[in-house]
Parts: sequence; structure tokens; C-alpha cells
Amino acid sequence: MRTETLPPETTQAAIPAPPSPARAFWLAFSENRGAVVAMGILIVIALAAIFAELVAPHSPTEQFRQFSKVPPFWMEGGSWRFLLGTDDLGRDILSRLIHGARVSLAIGVTVAVVSVLIGVVLGLVAAFQRGIIDTVIMRSMDLLIAIPGLVLAILIIAVIGPSLTNTIVAVTVVSLPRYVRLVRASALSELGREYVIAARVAGVGKLRLMFVTVLPNCLSPVIVQAALGLSEAILEAAALGFLGLGAQPPLAEWGAMVGDGREFMRSNPWIVTFPGLAILITVISINLMGDGLRDALDPKLRRT
Amino acid sequence: MSIVLEASGLKRHYAVRRGMFSPVANVAALDGVSFNLKSGKTLAIVGESGSGKSTLARLVTMIEEPTAGTLTIDGVDIVNADQAALRRLRSQVQIVFQNPYGSLNPRQTIRAALEEPLLVSTDMPAEARRAAALDALTRVGLRPEHADRYPHMFSGGQRQRIAIARALMLRPRILVLDEPVSALDVSIRAQVLNLIAELQQELKLAYLFISHDLSVVRHIADEVMVIYLGHAVEAGTRDEIFANPRHPYTRALLSATPVADPGAKKERIVLQGELPSPFNPPKGCAFNPRCPMAQERCRVEAPEPRDLGGSMVACHFA
Repeated sequence: MRTETLPPETTQAAIPAPPSPARAFWLAFSENRGAVVAMGILIVIALAAIFAELVAPHSPTEQFRQFSKVPPFWMEGGSWRFLLGTDDLGRDILSRLIHGARVSLAIGVTVAVVSVLIGVVLGLVAAFQRGIIDTVIMRSMDLLIAIPGLVLAILIIAVIGPSLTNTIVAVTVVSLPRYVRLVRASALSELGREYVIAARVAGVGKLRLMFVTVLPNCLSPVIVQAALGLSEAILEAAALGFLGLGAQPPLAEWGAMVGDGREFMRSNPWIVTFPGLAILITVISINLMGDGLRDALDPKLRRT
Repeated sequence: MSIVLEASGLKRHYAVRRGMFSPVANVAALDGVSFNLKSGKTLAIVGESGSGKSTLARLVTMIEEPTAGTLTIDGVDIVNADQAALRRLRSQVQIVFQNPYGSLNPRQTIRAALEEPLLVSTDMPAEARRAAALDALTRVGLRPEHADRYPHMFSGGQRQRIAIARALMLRPRILVLDEPVSALDVSIRAQVLNLIAELQQELKLAYLFISHDLSVVRHIADEVMVIYLGHAVEAGTRDEIFANPRHPYTRALLSATPVADPGAKKERIVLQGELPSPFNPPKGCAFNPRCPMAQERCRVEAPEPRDLGGSMVACHFA
């Protein structure tokens, strides 16, 4: 037979080695072009935010008194000195946008990380303890969900006062319930699985069972939710900034920039347009990337 | 031949809430079952779905506590044992599940899965754990290079071998096999059954083999216990049960086993109806609504198990 003429090594090599988890993830992720483009945009924004001092042409707070409300360079009266124009106080909008990216991304990332951490712990505790602890945790989360997010955030800011840190606290509280519910629900479904029972029979203790056995199997939806939550946190922080309850002047923050420029919407529209666009592009990019993440992480949607 | 596990009058009742306004219902998943496990021997538990087989497995592995009755492992009563004794006893009883796809953690390499029991229940050094894991892998017929793969890279039969290897890591004396081959292909089934039998010989394990497949039971069991709706209806040696079934339910079960002989004449006993709801078990003998032999007495008086020379039978007319 033909196959007998082949040396055994050839038949061995014919079976491709399974790709490593990281590589398999990247293969699935890169299939989604929109997600890859979005990730590129986000990397650019993140780099600009990190190296804001080097990238920005001016200081975000410096006021060029004689250059108030200069239009962007392609419009009549615009200058190459202020690429995207200046606001009513003569501050360079591009520089403020770049520095604002730092604030917005910092808020988004902090909120996402903190609420994931707290949400994972609360969700796992609720799923593992059941009974009264479960009821207390889940009913308080229901309470938080019952109030519209922005209203709740305003309420919290009203109590603890407007500042950047308090914005983070408020937005974290608002976004917490979905992580708790997500983690609890997936932990509960994993808890009934046989590998969890086998681990218990083998003597695995409660903490290890929670964080080593069950948690990694609940993580993919949480990662996707965190990526999407990032964009919502940025939006909510911007909304608070717009209302004057978030970052306080003269700190450059996209929402506050839109809010401050609102009165010049008709006469000097670029003052509100560019921060608005910045919010839009960032949020859309994060959502596109989140979709790509979900497709890549969910084995049911993954084509192999 | 020493007795390693003794269960007597084992009961497990569940309180079930059925809606906000109805009273809490009490379900007797297991209602008074007694048996012994001997090292090197296999006790097969036979019964249809809902008969309490898996509840029994959960009690024996100490995942749940019995509502009533005593369970003695290695001479220690586990209901009254202290934490330290329980911890030691837990490692004596391990379990292999039916579904090889759900019984391995998908995010854990095979090596990690095999080493985990040693990591959490013994103070073995890392090197020894590694060696023990590879050793266990070879023992169940897999190769050491499989150790760093994830469960989804294996077939059902291979996964079941891995599950068996993991269950043996703590060197238990009792292994609960909860339908270990019913999810496997027939061709793989025999291989896994042979592996199970070899391991028993080698390690003097006591098996509690839960199954609904009588041909498998006939192949592997030393003793058989038939349970119906949480009650043991008949128990005895394999040969006695298969050659001389006395309880009408056992007879019906045996008559339902296919025989690979087209010429064989067989009388099929077809049971009427379904397993009664455990919320509302029949009065008297649990089997009376479906029993072809049922008399007035069966509807009133529950039969006590009687020793009829070779088997224990719970029937008034056996």
C-alpha cells in the first residue's frame, strides 16, 4: 500500500500542532477587520494620551488672548498655528483634545478595572454563598439598576461633590451591577458542572474553587462586558463633565469642552464639534473592538 | 476481603418550593438504602432515571449529607466525624462522571488537572507531583506528551481516561463510577471498562458502579442492587440476580435487555405507566401501580427487604 511507503515521521508531521490559545485568539480576532481598524485607532488615541506633553503643540491651559475663537486651519481666518482652532478663551483645541484623551481614557480604564474587580468578587461570593448574602448583594444591585444610570451618578456627585475622582466613583457604582449579575450568573451555571464537583471531591477549598476553578471559565463574557463598559464609562463621564459635575476647569475634558462650547454652537461650531467627534470616534472604536473581542472569545461564534 | 464502606438506612430528602403559596414539598430522592462496599469488589447500582442513583453517588462522595441513616467509611461514621477526619476520608472516595465533556475543567491543562488533587490535599513537593501526574497518565494508557494539552483536544474516551486518572491521584480506596461508559461509543466502551477492571485488580479498589445498562453491569459487577424510586428492591450477587431475579421489577428490567441472538426466544415483560412522581409516591409498595403481580396488600403495606437465600428482596410475593 502507498501509505506503507511513507516513513512514520511524515504521518506524524501531517497533523498540525494545535495553535496556542493566544495565537488562536488573534486569528479569530483579526478576521474582523472593523475590530482591527478600531484597535488601531484606539492605540493611536492611547499613545497620544500617554505622550500628551510631547504630542500636543501647546499647553492645554495656555490662553492666547488675541487668538480667541480662531477657526481650524482649512477655514477662512484659520492658521497653521492652531490646527483645530481655539476656544472662546483662546486655548488650542487640538492640545486640549489630546490632553482630554488622557482624562477620558483614565476614567474609562479605571472605572472598567475597578468595577470588574469589585463585580467579580461580589458576583462570586453571591454565587457561592447563596442564601441571605446572595439576597442582600443581588437586591442592592437591583436597587442600583432601578435608578437610571446618569440620574444615579448625578445623585452620587450631589452627595460627595463634583471632582474627577468622584466622577470615577459615581460611574463605577453605576456600572457595577451588570458585572455582579454577569459573574454570578455564569458562576452559577459553572457550579453545577461536573468538573467543579470533581474538584470539590478532590479536596479543593472554597477560595481556590472560586478564583482558580470557576472564575477563568466565567471570564470571557466579563472581558467583553468590560471592553464595552469602557465606552459607556467614557460617555457617562463626558455627560457629567458636560453638566459641569465632572472634571473641573481648567482641566481639559471632552464632555466639559462640549459643555463650555455649547453657547458658541451657531457662531463658532468647531469649539463643540471636535470634542464631540473625539467622544464619538473613541466610543465607536471601543464598541467595534468589543464586538471583535466577543466574537473571538466566544467559542460558539468562533469558526474553526 | 474487607468492608471499606458501610451504608445503612441511607435517606436523602429534598425540600422543594413549588410556587409562592403552596407548601414546601418533601421529595424523598433516596428512602432507606443499605449496602456494603468491599475492597477489590464492584457493587453495581441499577435503576432507571429518577430512581435515586445519582443521589446515592452524591451521598457516598460526601458532596451532600444524608438526611437520615449512617454512612461509615473505613470504620469512621462520616455524619459525626470532625473536620480533620472528614478531610482525610474525602480523599478516600473519588468519583468519575458520566459526561466526559463536562467533567474536566476546560481552562486547565491535563497536567494541572492531575496535579490539583495532590496540590490541595497533600503536601507533596512539586517534582513528585509532576512525576505522579505523568505516571497516572501512562497508567490509563495515555502518553506523557499529552500532559500539556487542554481537554478539548481529546476524544470522549481519552477524556474519560483522564477523569479516571484524576480520580486515582489521591490513591482512594473507593471509586464511585457514575455511568462512566454510557456516554461513550460502543467500541471505546469496552476499552474503558477493561481499564476500569485492570485498575481495580491492581489497586484493590472498591467500586460503586452506577448504571442503567445491564449488559455492562453483567460484565463488571460482583454484586448488584436494583433501586426503584429511592428504594432498594433487590440486592444480591451478580449471578443470583441475573440467573434468578425474584422481584417483578428486576424481572421486567432483565427482560428489556437486548440479546444478540436473533433465534433467542424471550418473553418481554412490558411495564405499564411511568415512574411515579416522587412528590407523590404511591402508598404501600413503591412499585405497586406498575407491578403485574400487585395485590391489595401491596397498596397498603410497604414490603420489608427479606433474605431469600442469595438475595435480599423487597416484595411480598417473591
